[in-house]
Order: sequence, then C-alpha cells, then structure tokens
Amino acid sequence: MDLIKFVEAENAARRAELPEFAAGDTINVHVKIREGNKERIQVFQGTVIQRRNAGSGETFTVRKISNGVGVERIFPILSPNIDKIEVLRQGKVRRARLFYLRGKQGRAAKVKEKVVKKVKK
Amino acid sequence: MSGIIGKKIGMTSLYNADGTAVPCTLIEAGPCVVTQVKTVEKEGYSAVQLGYGEKKEKHTTQPLLGHFKKAGTTPKKKLVEFKSFEQPLALGDSVSVELFTEGDFVDAIGTSKGKGFQGVVKRHGFGGVGGQTHGQHNRGRHPGSIGACSFPSRVFKGLRMAGRTGGNRVKVQNLQVLKVYTDKNLIVVSGSVPGAKNSYIILEK
Repeated sequence: MDLIKFVEAENAARRAELPEFAAGDTINVHVKIREGNKERIQVFQGTVIQRRNAGSGETFTVRKISNGVGVERIFPILSPNIDKIEVLRQGKVRRARLFYLRGKQGRAAKVKEKVVKKVKK
Repeated sequence: MSGIIGKKIGMTSLYNADGTAVPCTLIEAGPCVVTQVKTVEKEGYSAVQLGYGEKKEKHTTQPLLGHFKKAGTTPKKKLVEFKSFEQPLALGDSVSVELFTEGDFVDAIGTSKGKGFQGVVKRHGFGGVGGQTHGQHNRGRHPGSIGACSFPSRVFKGLRMAGRTGGNRVKVQNLQVLKVYTDKNLIVVSGSVPGAKNSYIILEK
C-alpha cells in the first residue's frame, strides 16, 4: 500500500495546481481538445454533482443544462487534458452526491450559494 | 532469457501524454541472489537459480541451509531457475531491477487466484442452456449434452466440465515496463498480472 502511495505521490504537483472544490460548486473546466495536430481549449461550465474514488483514479462529474438537455461529463481529476479548473461559486449542499438534481428542472435544479463568513481579525 | 523474482503490490493507473489512463501493476522485485549456477558438464543443462525473500533459519531444512551457505547468503523463500541468462552470473551475485529499462516488454508469470469448484459457465465460458424465461426450468447454467447415446456409449476424454478453477500457473506476455525505481526495487508494468497481492511474480525479459 505504501508503495502505491509512493508512485501516486508523483501526482502531488499536478494536484496542487488544481483548486479545491466539492459537490455543489459551479466550476469551469478548461478541456484541451485535439483536432488533427491543432489543439484548442473548450470550457465546460456546470455544477459538480460528485467526486468519486481516491488516488490516481479520482474523478468528478459536472452537470449542466445545454439547450434544455441535461449533460453530464466525467473527468479524471489528474487527466492531462484538463488545462485548468476555475471555481465560480461554492454551493451550499447537505450531501456529497447530488443525483437529486437529475430529476429537477429550472429553479428547483439550482444549488444555493454558500455564504462564506469573513473571519474577524 | 533474463528474469527476476518479485511480489505483486497492487494496481494503480498512470496517464499518457494524450490523456488516456493506463492501468498498471506495481511489482516489488529483487534484489535476488544467485544460489546456484547449473552447467552442461555437471547438471546436463545450463541455468541460473535465483533466490528471493527472506526466510528464518529455523524454518529452513538442513539440506537447504547447506545450499544457501554454499552461495554465501541467508535462507530465501522462493527459488526459481532461469535458463540462458543474458549476462554471465556467478554464485552469490545479486540481480536487481536495473535489469529492466523503461519501455522494455516483459512476461509476467504468477499463480492465478483460486476460485474453488466452479461450473462450466464460469470455468469454460459456456453459454448455459436456453434462456431465462419461456418456461425454462432449473438448468440455466448446465453444460447441456456431454455426448451421443449407444455409440460411443462413453464420454470422450478431455470433455470440458465443472471443477477446480484458478490457482494455475499463468503467464502474461508483452507487458510494457512503464517505470523502474531502483532505490525502491519497484517496477511498474502496464496491464494486470495474475495472482493476488503479495503473491510471487516471475518477470522475464
């Protein structure tokens, strides 16, 4: 087990580049897309509905509504195809897996924003 | 064929430059000690015997103790013979993971996980009998017919039937070496390797 952690520790630098985010957050995922030998970046914006597994197999699922159709994309968190991740909004949620959003539409499918209290000095 | 003895540690995944995840197995291998060099003159064939894994002296039989003493090493748990080693080795030499370099293709030999007594569907990949519905009674996973009637009035030898499954020596060929950590005696190979964690694996180049 320790040796597995030793090999996976090489990803620590890559992990440090990524911001912290959890289920309920609205994020922008900048995905590298290769067309022939051209590379461009596409932004996928949506709500994180789950983070799954640990170690090098960790993935997260982002859900958005595109033209009235729900679209979910699963990204391996260490994938080199992810250029960067931006956290736009932190969500106030009471569970780690937000599958209940799948059955909802419009306002009901919205996650409340987490109010971050300022720490008094 | 050069080789080394190791232990399966577990699996993880690495990412290629193009973003594909590659499943890989970690094997802690070596350092192995040459415990015997067999020659055509003495044994009738040439081979090198390697030892791996520490064993307590009190758990070693007297004949084996003498065998290890001759090589000048401590008792080893696992002894494996390799024919036609690429580099010349003498008694007491040590073989480490430096034998392999990244990008090499290796074969891994291990003992597959034992599954116990299993039916023909799991053991030989039979399709079972009939479907799940339409009045199917209780023989969905049965082998079906095992032969004709009055001729030959026997069952042919070698007919595939239920029985003990797994626990065999299995060789997986052409696994690519992805990483070698010499200071940790660790090799990372692509794909899976037969056997449970902590089981012995023989890597051949």
